[in-house]
Amino acid sequence: MRSHMMTAALAALLASGPVLGADPVKIGMVTTLSTKAGYLGEDIRDGMLLAIQQGDGTLGGVPVELIVEDDGRDPEKGRQIAERFIQRDGVKLMTGIVFSNVAMAVVPKVVRDDVIYLSPNAGPSALAGKGCSENYFNVAWQNDNLHEVTGQYVTDSGFGKVYMLAPNYPAGKDALAGFKRYYKGEVAGEVYTKLGQSDYAAELAALRASKPDAVFFFLPGGMGINFIKQYSQAGLGGQIPLFGPAFSFDERLLKAVGDSAVGVINGSQWNWDLDNSANAQFVEAFRAQYQRTPTLYASQGYDTARLIGSALAATGGDVTDLAALRAALRKADFESVRGSFRFGPNQHPVQDLYVREVVALEGGLTTNKTKAKVFSDHGDAYAADCKM
Amino acid sequence: MLLFLEQVLNGLQLGVTLFLMSAGLTLVFGIMNLINLAHGSFYMIGAYVGATVTARSGSFLLGVLAALPAAGLVGMVVEILVLRRLYDREHLDQVLATFGLILFFNELTRILWGRQPLFMDVPDLLSGTVDIIPGAPYPAYRLAVICVGIAVAAFLYVLITRSRIGMQIRAGASNREMAGALGVNIRLLYTLVFGLGALLAGLAGVMAGPILAVEAGMGESILILTFVVIVVGGIGSVRGALVGALLIGMVDTLGRAFLPGVLRLVLPASEADGVGASLAAMSIYIFMAAVLAWRPRGLFPAHG
Repeated sequence: MRSHMMTAALAALLASGPVLGADPVKIGMVTTLSTKAGYLGEDIRDGMLLAIQQGDGTLGGVPVELIVEDDGRDPEKGRQIAERFIQRDGVKLMTGIVFSNVAMAVVPKVVRDDVIYLSPNAGPSALAGKGCSENYFNVAWQNDNLHEVTGQYVTDSGFGKVYMLAPNYPAGKDALAGFKRYYKGEVAGEVYTKLGQSDYAAELAALRASKPDAVFFFLPGGMGINFIKQYSQAGLGGQIPLFGPAFSFDERLLKAVGDSAVGVINGSQWNWDLDNSANAQFVEAFRAQYQRTPTLYASQGYDTARLIGSALAATGGDVTDLAALRAALRKADFESVRGSFRFGPNQHPVQDLYVREVVALEGGLTTNKTKAKVFSDHGDAYAADCKM
Repeated sequence: MLLFLEQVLNGLQLGVTLFLMSAGLTLVFGIMNLINLAHGSFYMIGAYVGATVTARSGSFLLGVLAALPAAGLVGMVVEILVLRRLYDREHLDQVLATFGLILFFNELTRILWGRQPLFMDVPDLLSGTVDIIPGAPYPAYRLAVICVGIAVAAFLYVLITRSRIGMQIRAGASNREMAGALGVNIRLLYTLVFGLGALLAGLAGVMAGPILAVEAGMGESILILTFVVIVVGGIGSVRGALVGALLIGMVDTLGRAFLPGVLRLVLPASEADGVGASLAAMSIYIFMAAVLAWRPRGLFPAHG
């Protein structure tokens, strides 16, 4: 089922581009557009489309065609779509996957088939360490990064008794492991909840009883909304400070949480208020195009598209010479909306990491404000295991 | 001890929400012999309509008042358009068709409201906490949910045991054909019962709105618990639904709260946390299996 087919290349083909008469470069995007998490894929896609639109249907002056299909958050479906992209469309560049479990089903296979995969969101540790590949580039973060930065900040701020909460699945355990890699204080409690749990009354009562001085939680999507609302209703908001990665505090989720999230500190590699010219024009253009503030996912999609653009410009739109294309991608010769960005030895980002604070705006709305830069040029813990 | 009492209250609150969901489902299952997976969709519709009207009007009460008829009406329309064709079919056909309805309603809410979850806040009046047990502040809103649930249980008791329509419902649950032969308009009764069930699900949904994320697909997570409740309570019995809901609410809440701690007495802490969390997630199913082994038709079977 092909849900979207964007032929953005037409205008560029009519004008005389640098690659005359060539077919547009096809970019296969396997992403999650349905299910509750569909807004994540939507934002990544919209970020990419914005970059393509700004180039009048080109990236780096080379006409491109973005083929988007929905994986429904199902690893098996993601694998089938990837297969189809390769067999039917002859795609050489792929991107788009939102979730680590889908990435683990798709990425190892496609990189073996001489396709370059650029991750705009998921960064499982298995692909950063021993399982790394020269055809795999991560343009977002290694999964642990946003937990690590939060752990460092909590330590720096002098908290010494933290209560931790994550869903009972691999990414949840990785999250707490990442946090503890940089958090040096005492653990007041380490609780794993059911994946998809909606009511946290029992956990909140236990949390209150253990008297922590801070709470760290990783509950992506709707689980996070539920938790924050209930945390505030239990009278804990404003009493025990709340920390987490950016995944529960993107600009779209904040609308669903309301004031309950005000004051929450969350770790991120990007925010809309980061002061650099690439970011300023991105945020303005995104708001004009879609009438909403971009999320970190949108920024990652936009960066991924611009990275592809930089590589295509360097190779003149040639995607058959993989070695040249990889070398061009590895340079990361584009202006990232995050400011500093380069690839480490495992082709994962080395970048600055920040904490942001949720602040109230007029009219009952809330947004993220950058609070502090915690890490400069931060890589990941798995790079040493990667032998390329 | 304090913590235990607080957890019991939490269990009660979850049980009450489950009761609102399961009362309607058990009636539909018991009287119409229909498996309706789309019951969670009425919960979702209640939450979405409630959140939208509350946001537009600024009044939570108006939101509730709009959500109830909306869920009830959608329920009746679904009954008339779709489910009537399914009463004489096998359960498998019913499961397939109502599963299709879930997909339909989830996608419809995405089309109408977008992918982003909606925001719904606790009404100002109930936004504080109450020290019902000294030293353990409890959210006032959750107390209100418990009260509403108890009121609904009392209302259903009176409706079913004291009113004429309740008599017909009980007759229908015991023997459909005979009730029809005695002149009860079974078609109309079915539509009304279904509408009532949907309305109660909508009530559960709109009351869950301020606590939970209002998002497409929110009905499915509670639907599974609801089925566990009616199986434990006995299919078709509202009394069974009440007892089952409270038991399941308690088992689930207390399991999550105390199992990891108990396991820590015998296992190393890091293992206890993981095993405890997994066991807590299983606890209601283990409980259901135990009940069924003891009473295969549930605690209060409706049919003799």
